[in-house]
Amino acid sequence: MTEAFFNEMYDRDGLRMPYQMLEGWYQNMPAEFRALKQAEAEGLFRRYGITFAVYGEGGDPDRLIPFDMFPRVFGANEWRRLERGIKQRARALNAFLSDVYDRGEIIRAGRIPADLVYQNEAYEIAVAGFRPPLGVFSHIVGIDLVRTGADQFYVLEDNCRTPSGVSYMLENREVMMRMFPHLFQENRVAPVDGYARLLKRTLASVAPAKCERDPCVVLLTPGHYNSAYYEHSFLADLMGIELVEGQDLFVEGDFCWMRTTEGPKKVDVIYRRIDDAYLDPLCFRPDSTLGVPGLMNVYRSGGVTICSAPGAGVADDKAIYTYVPEMIRFYLGEAPILENVPTWQCAKADDLKYVQEHLAELVVKEVHGSGGYGMLVGPKADKATIEAFAAKLAANPSNYIAQPTLALSTCPTFVEEGIAPRHVDLRPYCLVGRDVELVPGGLTRVALTDGSLVVNSSQGGGVKDTWVIAEE
Amino acid sequence: MLSRTAANLFWMARYLERSETTARLLDLGFRNALLPNAGGGFRNEWGAILQSKGTLQQFTDKYGDLVQRNAESFLFFDLENPSSVASCITAARENARIVRTALTSQVWDAINTSFQELKALTRRERSSLEVPELTDWTLRTAALIRGAIETTQLRNDGYRFMNLGYAVERADNTARLLDVKYYVLLPSVAYIGSGLDNYQWTTLLRALSAHRAYNWAYGGELSAAQIAHFLILNPKFPRSLLSCCLEVNEHLDHLGRIYGRSSPAQEAARTLLGELAEARIEDVFDEGLHEFLTRMISENAGLGQCINDQYLTGEAR
Repeated sequence: MTEAFFNEMYDRDGLRMPYQMLEGWYQNMPAEFRALKQAEAEGLFRRYGITFAVYGEGGDPDRLIPFDMFPRVFGANEWRRLERGIKQRARALNAFLSDVYDRGEIIRAGRIPADLVYQNEAYEIAVAGFRPPLGVFSHIVGIDLVRTGADQFYVLEDNCRTPSGVSYMLENREVMMRMFPHLFQENRVAPVDGYARLLKRTLASVAPAKCERDPCVVLLTPGHYNSAYYEHSFLADLMGIELVEGQDLFVEGDFCWMRTTEGPKKVDVIYRRIDDAYLDPLCFRPDSTLGVPGLMNVYRSGGVTICSAPGAGVADDKAIYTYVPEMIRFYLGEAPILENVPTWQCAKADDLKYVQEHLAELVVKEVHGSGGYGMLVGPKADKATIEAFAAKLAANPSNYIAQPTLALSTCPTFVEEGIAPRHVDLRPYCLVGRDVELVPGGLTRVALTDGSLVVNSSQGGGVKDTWVIAEE
Repeated sequence: MLSRTAANLFWMARYLERSETTARLLDLGFRNALLPNAGGGFRNEWGAILQSKGTLQQFTDKYGDLVQRNAESFLFFDLENPSSVASCITAARENARIVRTALTSQVWDAINTSFQELKALTRRERSSLEVPELTDWTLRTAALIRGAIETTQLRNDGYRFMNLGYAVERADNTARLLDVKYYVLLPSVAYIGSGLDNYQWTTLLRALSAHRAYNWAYGGELSAAQIAHFLILNPKFPRSLLSCCLEVNEHLDHLGRIYGRSSPAQEAARTLLGELAEARIEDVFDEGLHEFLTRMISENAGLGQCINDQYLTGEAR
């Protein structure tokens, strides 16, 4: 065990409070029993059909994300602070979106450079001047957090478009409750299964003003070949709403309709899980067959609500990320509860110089990248890799940002040899509609390889059930 | 309900029923191959079986010889054969996966488990797999899924579309299975009425799991007319063409009530039911068994088309 990393279960003073009840559980677990349970868990995931296809990898389209049975636990106090910080951030991000598609006060005030916003690829000129219902752009905000100490959390990035993975949060809990019911009898673990109800309520709360009845909410998926299709189908089912593809919807008059066995039915709210560019071939990419021709016209005339709103991506851009604490101060007049990771913008000459001199210590990411692809983890890379990356960086500096290598906290994890600490992160899902809500939990991703700091499922990461101990 | 969802449910059921029929055909061929041939050696009727499926050409192009191992592979495992058990179960599971929200977890579980078991079967040493194990597995799987549907699905429109798929496919399949008899007999008219011929009829009944039911219904004596009556016109036998047609009518009527309006599909189904309900087995033989069955297959397909046009495209208003 490396001393440099914060261990969430044991710190200098020994066993930490939230984990107390787990000590007897794993220590008394015979190896055969553990293997049996691990196999049972895998069987359950296969049966539920929870699989994750990795783009460009070929291979098994029914691959499972490895599930680690050792839960990650937060105490009630720890969580209370996180919750406040997450909600604060979600509110500020929405205030920012509402502002930059309107008067752009934050830019006029000189707090954020105009070109960073208006020249941004994710800035959607097509919705400038349009205010979606309740002024909410990002209805589901996924905030990726890492921990480096008992009280030290950093926001790694924000996801304002269509953050995925919430189905794992729900299913991990299902599987754990099924396999180890006594753990839940003995401990007061706050439930997460209210998520779907909250999500449905959130979506219904932003129905267009033109909608005069119980709003018809649908989930728009790119289709069953998409790697996250399982999640789309799972969420639609839990909410009791139709799971539609672009071909199931059409525009006629001032509204959007879906094709049903009884003829056309009007749709009021679309929870879309496809990117802006594919939403409407008449407005965005003309070659898209995933979207609905004419949808944006209906949207802009208030006939349908799209969640997240087109254009929401400008708030979670890695270049904008640096300014989120500024947004919190500007719009909410509050001090940020959660910290940003110090970030160097390679687009700035001074920052670039620093990054180039310290490549071996830094993590360098593409501004628009995701999934852990195309990034450099300086301390883990050999000389040749660093040199190759330096060349890419020099060729297009504004495509990159850099951050210090964080000492990600570890959580005990079942590995071949027994139990070992592995690095984890956390993605909670904050819902923004009439209210701002957060279920007590999130998705914990774990880097299963010894010493690895990359938790992405596409890079060999796994998932854990995330517990929040209920308040007394 | 989304039209696409209805289409997926309809086709899921069709593929499930089809996988069962392919397994029944495999069983039929296997049993027939246990019979001594009049000219020495054993009978080889795989040709007739593949003919009934309309896949003989595809088979000979790929495998050449009509030997049992090849026929087994082709009918059970071959993913290039769209009506192999493996193809059908894969397609059914794919359809089910798309509409998981319309299925109960028991139904999805049954379908998905069968798909996982199928994958395990394909990984096993082929020589360790006998035909009865494969066919038993398929029939058991089909029954499990059907049972899950019957006991857990809401009686809503989705349930009706699944059952329409089952009934339309089943009618098609019974007609084709019965038609095998026509092809088997074609080489020599002299077999008709001989002991061997009766054995083949019995085998057909067995393959349809209808051997004992037939005995109860007709007192044990085998005759071509009675067996044809049983499989075509007997409303008590769940696989008879008449039963299937009754079911199609029932489910279309339910849909009409759920949606509060009647459809052209209902009319087409009633017309076909009218004919089958009135028909006598003598009429069938007068027309020619093969000709009659061919016509039924085509009318049934027309019915499927009507259902498609009315409900599965989302075009009808």
